[in-house]
Amino acid sequence: MPKPHELSAREVTAKIKAQEFKAEEYIQSILSRERKLDGEINAYITVTDEEALNAAKTVDKRVSEKKKLGRLAGVAIAIKDNMCTKGTRTTCASKMLENFIPPYNATVIEKLIGEDAVIIGKTNMDEFAMGTTTETSYSGPTRNPWNLAAVPGGSSGGSAAALMAEEATLALGSDTGGSIRCPASYCSVVGLKPTYGLVSRYGLIAYANSLEQIGPMARDVCDCAALLSVISGYDPMDSTSANLPQKDYTNYLRDDVEGLRIGVPTEFFGEGTDDEVKKSVWDAIYGFEALGAAYEEVSLSSLEFSLAAYYIVAMSEASSNLARYDGLRYGYNASKDGSDWSTAYSRNRRIGFGPEVRRRIILGTYALSAGYYNRYYLKALKIRTSIRRDFEEVFKKFDVLMAPTMPIPPFKIGEKIQDPLALYMCDVLTVPANLTGYPAISIPCGFSDGLPIGLQIIGKPFDEGTVLRTAYTFEKNTDFHKKRPKLE
Amino acid sequence: MRKRRITKEEVEHVAWLAHIELSEEEKVTFTEQFNEILNYFEKIDETDTEDVPPTYHVLDLVNVYRGDEAKESITREDAFRNASKKENGFFKAPRIV
Repeated sequence: MPKPHELSAREVTAKIKAQEFKAEEYIQSILSRERKLDGEINAYITVTDEEALNAAKTVDKRVSEKKKLGRLAGVAIAIKDNMCTKGTRTTCASKMLENFIPPYNATVIEKLIGEDAVIIGKTNMDEFAMGTTTETSYSGPTRNPWNLAAVPGGSSGGSAAALMAEEATLALGSDTGGSIRCPASYCSVVGLKPTYGLVSRYGLIAYANSLEQIGPMARDVCDCAALLSVISGYDPMDSTSANLPQKDYTNYLRDDVEGLRIGVPTEFFGEGTDDEVKKSVWDAIYGFEALGAAYEEVSLSSLEFSLAAYYIVAMSEASSNLARYDGLRYGYNASKDGSDWSTAYSRNRRIGFGPEVRRRIILGTYALSAGYYNRYYLKALKIRTSIRRDFEEVFKKFDVLMAPTMPIPPFKIGEKIQDPLALYMCDVLTVPANLTGYPAISIPCGFSDGLPIGLQIIGKPFDEGTVLRTAYTFEKNTDFHKKRPKLE
Repeated sequence: MRKRRITKEEVEHVAWLAHIELSEEEKVTFTEQFNEILNYFEKIDETDTEDVPPTYHVLDLVNVYRGDEAKESITREDAFRNASKKENGFFKAPRIV
């Protein structure tokens, strides 16, 4: 018999509803797993054990009273610590927000509570979601469950590690330049960045708001699709929310890729991409071919400029978004009475923000400043248009694009952190989906030296259905998603 | 290192614009790192975008308004809860002039 913490979300809810075990027992098993493992893994910044047990008891009461239960009834979900949770500390892994207690819930949190999900805690991340390794966190780095010396990817590294260590059954991440897909790839879980506008960003602490989306993370595609169905949908509180009918994405899950047209962009398999990564991804593509899909290599020349354009746009938006942190209404404030505004403000921001956040704010300020605006920011936005046009063109011919999620397998903690540019380079394959707003998923497709490799599938805007069906088919015909690290 | 794009003095100036104090040591490391990053950003000069319009964001949404109706909001007490310095129902700011 599998232990409760090993089960999928749908199994958990079914068993709670069938009274095979109590929600409380299951939540206890998740919490004891966290107590046992998280001292080393450090996936969580805050564990809301009391609130979670109370929520579980409420679910159990409703079961015994035979009342209607939500779709995620009792399921333990980990929330990246950049989404506002009313009454629960939300730090963004920053000293700046170390003691910030939001007075409201993000829309996605309201939706989860509406389906009786149980929030188990807030997960570790790169500070303000700026990073690829979860090493820039004020709460210390998260470790990869597959190898404790390796990075779990980032910035949603805590969410991915919590899933793979079975310290949660579902998780939410956010993805500005790959921050869901990268840790999904590095921890061997499923992570989807939805089309821009599909999931409300209300209550997501902004980093670069024209690029980022909240998205579902899970241990298999079916759970990922169910979670997307819960968190997606129009929200008047987010002015960039797309007003489209609600969908149940699990309806798209068929073991069928017959006739699927796969484009393989050659730029994603360049010299910067590791050979073993290439091999695993090509094996996956040949696998799809054997299942009835057809692939063709294709070139998207604008991709070459996407990484530079991405960082210019992201840093520029960050410099504007993070200007709000003055320490007055909330956030770190060490100003002494009588000090002048400019000095107090600059000091709060020096101590409150870590080096990577300061780097991005200053470079973003530079890119937006008089004399450099056209040279950097405007040029990057024009390149963004060229990439969109290339995507629109290529998707006339293909249903999905396939590529590696990350150019290299997980590396050692500390290996690249002193070299910002080397870390930025790791995002080269994930940023195009953010610049264009297209949906993209990472699913497990292999291992290199015991460390996971992820396959990236990019789809057409608001065609998450096809992306998920493709991912589901791969999962049905392989067993990479069933592998677990030895942790006990 | 290739061309020097930004001097230590310029880094100081931009940090001041961004209201971020930097230590002397940091000014040096940041200048080095910024030069490396800006050199990489030169890549964007290789493509001609003369006639390409910019994309500010990817949805075809312009000016999304809500109705001008008063709705329930967070309480005054909640709004002040995270402020470290407050006085008589105001946030207390440092001296401005």
